[in-house]
Amino acid sequence: MAIHVQTRVNGQATEFLCEADASALDVLRDTLGLTGSKEGCNSGDCGACSVLLDGTLVCACLVLGAELEGRELLTIEGVAPPGGLHPVQQKLLEHNAMQCGICIPGIVVAAKALLDRDPDPDETTVRFALAGNLCRCTGYDKIIRAVLDAAAAMREGAGVRA
Amino acid sequence: MGVQAYRAPRSIPEAVSLLSSEAGAFALGGGTDLLVQQRSGARQPGSFIDLKRIPGMLGIEQLPSLWRIGAATACGEVASHPGLRSELPGLVEAAGLIGSKQVQGRASLGGNLCNASPAADSVPALVANRAVLVVAGPEGERRIAAECLTLGPGRTVLGRGEFVCAIEIPRPAARQSDAYLRFIPRTEMDIAVVGAAASLRVDEGGRCIAARIALGAVAPTVLTSPEADAALTGSMLEPEAIAACVAIAQAACSPISDRRGTAEFRRHVAGVLLRRVILAASQRLAKEG
Repeated sequence: MAIHVQTRVNGQATEFLCEADASALDVLRDTLGLTGSKEGCNSGDCGACSVLLDGTLVCACLVLGAELEGRELLTIEGVAPPGGLHPVQQKLLEHNAMQCGICIPGIVVAAKALLDRDPDPDETTVRFALAGNLCRCTGYDKIIRAVLDAAAAMREGAGVRA
Repeated sequence: MGVQAYRAPRSIPEAVSLLSSEAGAFALGGGTDLLVQQRSGARQPGSFIDLKRIPGMLGIEQLPSLWRIGAATACGEVASHPGLRSELPGLVEAAGLIGSKQVQGRASLGGNLCNASPAADSVPALVANRAVLVVAGPEGERRIAAECLTLGPGRTVLGRGEFVCAIEIPRPAARQSDAYLRFIPRTEMDIAVVGAAASLRVDEGGRCIAARIALGAVAPTVLTSPEADAALTGSMLEPEAIAACVAIAQAACSPISDRRGTAEFRRHVAGVLLRRVILAASQRLAKEG
């Protein structure tokens, strides 16, 4: 039996119907058409579906759609306005820090969550903060450097570019 | 059949009633174990009873004599709580080791207990600190010691309609501290091969007046040993006393061999980690002065 859910996604009031066992990731991708969050493992291991649920970093695959009632969700689509870039995205581009790219939406959201609470992390902190985001292409090094560079840019006033 | 319903009760009696009356009703906390088990077919819930909308299930409260942690409180919240960090650093260490930041944002302390994995990181730290679980059920509320919850891997003493609603941890006395360590083959995102916790209390002269150790992943349930505790009590935590405690605890281990490590390896690592957590807790006491 479908459940009616009212929530906010990327600042916008949103409502949808979902089954009891549908994940928030299923709802985002299949019902709301927000396909930026990727499905890698569907078991909370890979981080490709990282989103912020009421400001807390979580895997959308481990949240039920029904649980979103009355909550606030931020996805990769909401980190910058359409066509704009978050400093983390900008630096990932500048550092050529992506190859196949499927992990990148999750990395951007996880890195944003880190930099929102810790504007000046050291390399070890960034590596631990992104330990839940698997990347099978890059070897992580460029990603870590891009996030550290984004942190530095944000400390100097860089913001989301429209 | 599949999952037929999702319900989010707003009170404990409502949750107890749903868990008792609906066939296949499963309590849902953070979902990091249950949703994975449901998808793999390891568990087949008929309905999810989400406990997170019940007042008191979320949040950390400092009371005069104890910490009260709502059972659905996420481990990440426990790991970043300044008050817990200063009073129960070992518990904070354990909670901060569970999964990634993403998993910590959801995985609950109560779920880590009730999933009943022998390798659960928070459990040795809770047991060493004499945590008590507040259990709600059809017969009302009861309290059980944390080490009495599990019967074996995946099995608990909870009856139909019962769930853990809060975890109560006595606040440490003066000159009391704790520590937790685990061994995994890498630095993050793995399951403990062995976990070890210790809570120590010393008198003004540095003599140990209370000790409690707990080991994870070396037996079907968390391992405690009053004999190993007794080897520390009354000592100055000198190397001989620690060695005696470690030897008793190692002898009490009954680990399995699996792809994470042989029984022999686990027993060895249990000794190494136990020695280290005793030293870590005593160093914290020394700093406290």
